[in-house]
Amino acid sequence: MKKRSKIRRELPIYLMALPGVIYLIINNYMPLPGLVLAFKQYSAKRGIWGSAWAGLDNFKYLFATQDAWVITRNTVLYNAVFILLNTALGITYAILLSSMKAKKAGNFYRGVMLLPYMISSVILSYLVYAFLGVESGLINKMIIEPLGGEAISWYAEQKYWPFILVIVNCWKSVGYQMVIYYSSITGIDDSYYEAAIVDGATSWQQITKITLPLLKPTITMLVLLSVGRIFNSDFGLFYQVPMNSGALFPVTNTIDTYVYRGLIELGTITKSAAAGFFQSLVGFVLILSANSLVRRFDRENALF
Amino acid sequence: MERDKKLQVLAHGMALIFTVCVLLPLLILISSSFTDDKVLLREGYNIFPRAFSLDAYTYLFDAGSSILRSYGISILLMVLGTTISLLITTPLAYVISRPRLTLRGPLTFMVFFTMLFHGGLVPTYVNYVNVFHLKNTFWALLIPNLLMPAIYVLLMKNYFQASVPNELLEAASIDGAGEFRCFLSVAVPLAKPIIATVALFVGMGYWNDWQNGYIYLSKRTDLYSIQTLLNAMMRNIQFLSENQMDMSSSAQAISEIPSTSVRMAIAFLGILPILVIYPLVQKNIVKGITLGAVKG
Repeated sequence: MKKRSKIRRELPIYLMALPGVIYLIINNYMPLPGLVLAFKQYSAKRGIWGSAWAGLDNFKYLFATQDAWVITRNTVLYNAVFILLNTALGITYAILLSSMKAKKAGNFYRGVMLLPYMISSVILSYLVYAFLGVESGLINKMIIEPLGGEAISWYAEQKYWPFILVIVNCWKSVGYQMVIYYSSITGIDDSYYEAAIVDGATSWQQITKITLPLLKPTITMLVLLSVGRIFNSDFGLFYQVPMNSGALFPVTNTIDTYVYRGLIELGTITKSAAAGFFQSLVGFVLILSANSLVRRFDRENALF
Repeated sequence: MERDKKLQVLAHGMALIFTVCVLLPLLILISSSFTDDKVLLREGYNIFPRAFSLDAYTYLFDAGSSILRSYGISILLMVLGTTISLLITTPLAYVISRPRLTLRGPLTFMVFFTMLFHGGLVPTYVNYVNVFHLKNTFWALLIPNLLMPAIYVLLMKNYFQASVPNELLEAASIDGAGEFRCFLSVAVPLAKPIIATVALFVGMGYWNDWQNGYIYLSKRTDLYSIQTLLNAMMRNIQFLSENQMDMSSSAQAISEIPSTSVRMAIAFLGILPILVIYPLVQKNIVKGITLGAVKG
């Protein structure tokens, strides 16, 4: 009784939260029951709830095809490479830029490096196309043809794409990682370095003996959190940059692009629903595990 | 000292390489929008315009009413989206930042859970299309992005907790200010920096969004934002290159595709606001990224 009257007294303040709560219900909670679509034989006429149950058939179909393996492999492997490279390059650049004596130049470099993070993946695909277009692309026109080679039709050749996607992802994301590590480095107490210099430590020793050990908590946390999201791919990167080219699907199809194509382009909704359900569930387990690992290293930085 | 010099050289060298890698594609984009289209077709893209021409831009401003309209929709979407987003995010964050609130736990969890578990595209699509009938409406561009990601709510909540002392709110309350008054005249002014930072990210998200237009606008091409328009053009080119044999359908597609220099001009207009605003707000963006990464 007492609790209820307290809530009633607090009513005006809850009123302020109401629009946000309604929005969360509409955008995030109302779709959740729709996950049962993964277990239904969908018929547009009958709607989700009227459609007959399919048990685990949708998952059986999904995993019976090569698709399930390909999209899972692509999603996880690309993300693993991205995490590795972005972390390594992000830290390298953070250390280099923070050791730079010319502060103005350092600021300029940092600003430029973060710029790609703000460019939409549609425009990113235009930029890549300027390099890889078959007839007028920069690489064919300026490098391969003058050397007497034959123009490569980049958007039809699978073998190049693992590299292209990794390079484009680095272009887009290294600056973002660098910014996080940079701010972590500037948070390190100067007296550590002053003491090291007095003891005659070289720059290299300062990096390996002071900076890197002190960055370790940030690195552990960021890597674990990205591992927790390893089942989610950057839809824009995998859909836009290869221009949705069918010839490239074996090396560019990820869970997100597969779900999208099934839903919008192919009309295989239940297969998409099954793949999406698989992604949500594994993603949930991964993020919980990642978080419990972060908690073990560093309680402060755990999500919960 | 000698070693330190080496480090400086290395740092500048590596940073320069990355800087060139970032600026080169942008430069190519800009220069090709100022290049005569025939030269562009014959000689390919280049870093500097080989035959300077303003044709693409005169074309855009003369005949490109659909492009100007797309630009207008992008601006409207960004302004409206950011405003509404802040109007619902800020009070929600404030409420869950208040200590001793009975329902604080459940409300915070409600926000937080969305970061852990997400229904994904299919259920979201079905919900917006079948239940709310957003398909082919302007709302489809606006609504799916309003409060995402939930991390912004939590960032704001942390900021309120750290920089709006509870005593101040209690004092205002004793002076007779209602809850809403406390929020508006005590908490919001103190939280201006975080509100500005979140506004920046949300606004950028709206400006750059092409997915909602692509997913939900199947018929209403008149509602295309600049990003959705650029996306549609790229799709047409791709369609052409994959179906070169099929001349009857490609003839129509060709007529819908503007020349390369015009496309590049549109793309340039698409990043222009970001290029202009970015240097002014770089600090806020860096702050937002660091806050968001460390707690999310």
